[in-house]
Amino acid sequence: MATATAPKFADVKVGDELKPLVLPPISRHQLALYCGGSGDHNPIHVDLDFAKKFGFKDVFAHGMLSMAFLGRLVTSWVPQKQVRGLGTRFTSITWVGDVITVSGKVTGKREKDGETLVDLEIKCTNQNGQDTLQGNATVALS
Amino acid sequence: MELDKKLIGHEFTPFTATVEAGKIKLFCKAIGEEDPIYSDEAAAKAAGYRGITAPLTFLRALQADDPNKGGLLRLLNVDIGLILHGEQHFEYFSPVVVGDVVTCQEKVVDIYDKKGGALWFVVQEMEMKDQAGKLLAKGRGVTVVRNPDAAKK
Repeated sequence: MATATAPKFADVKVGDELKPLVLPPISRHQLALYCGGSGDHNPIHVDLDFAKKFGFKDVFAHGMLSMAFLGRLVTSWVPQKQVRGLGTRFTSITWVGDVITVSGKVTGKREKDGETLVDLEIKCTNQNGQDTLQGNATVALS
Repeated sequence: MELDKKLIGHEFTPFTATVEAGKIKLFCKAIGEEDPIYSDEAAAKAAGYRGITAPLTFLRALQADDPNKGGLLRLLNVDIGLILHGEQHFEYFSPVVVGDVVTCQEKVVDIYDKKGGALWFVVQEMEMKDQAGKLLAKGRGVTVVRNPDAAKK
């Protein structure tokens, strides 16, 4: 995906929705890549025996993998250098095979420290309509 | 299992991590990110960045460069199979790029339990600065610890 061109502050309205990002189903291969790529080597995400030992039916996705998807949604809308904040609660587990949709909408516009800021509500939702991440972002627009 | 609230305020030893292109490349492959600012220096500079840029949540991967990695688990005496990520928040002051030498300082700012001690929550704050001492980002994370004793009841 090419670098985003930012919308103008004046053109953005509260309630505006970002174009959702629909991801391929979470695969064990992706979890192995993220294990190496993130430096988070917790075996619970890649080793089925380990996950079962700790009471889980299967391995499950790193929360930070899904948070990376939130980041991708935001930077598909504005260039990364204009992102001032990104945060989330991890509200339910993302399992192998889950199909995650990342969506976002504008919740506020404000000024702070001489910058015009737009607040976003962003979330990951699985194929059953359950939110897995409930997050927010703040971006600076001119 | 009960976590020791006296650990609130504990500061971990700061560590320094160098931002590497190869690590960003693998990270981007894992998350499906294909924007050339994360892989191509010329594209990144053309887009107004100092160099190949670290994706927003790559900061957490930089934290994994801590030579004392796993320090929180050792501090709490908790098995890695019992933890979940509850929350993560970042504030960004300047993009982190390849070649930056980032110093990271983490501390425990809160410890509390819910559901009669079945779940414990450990809140950590983090600051990242570049080699000139300039603040790059702040982070706040919540680690959830599942109490194995509660599961047996």
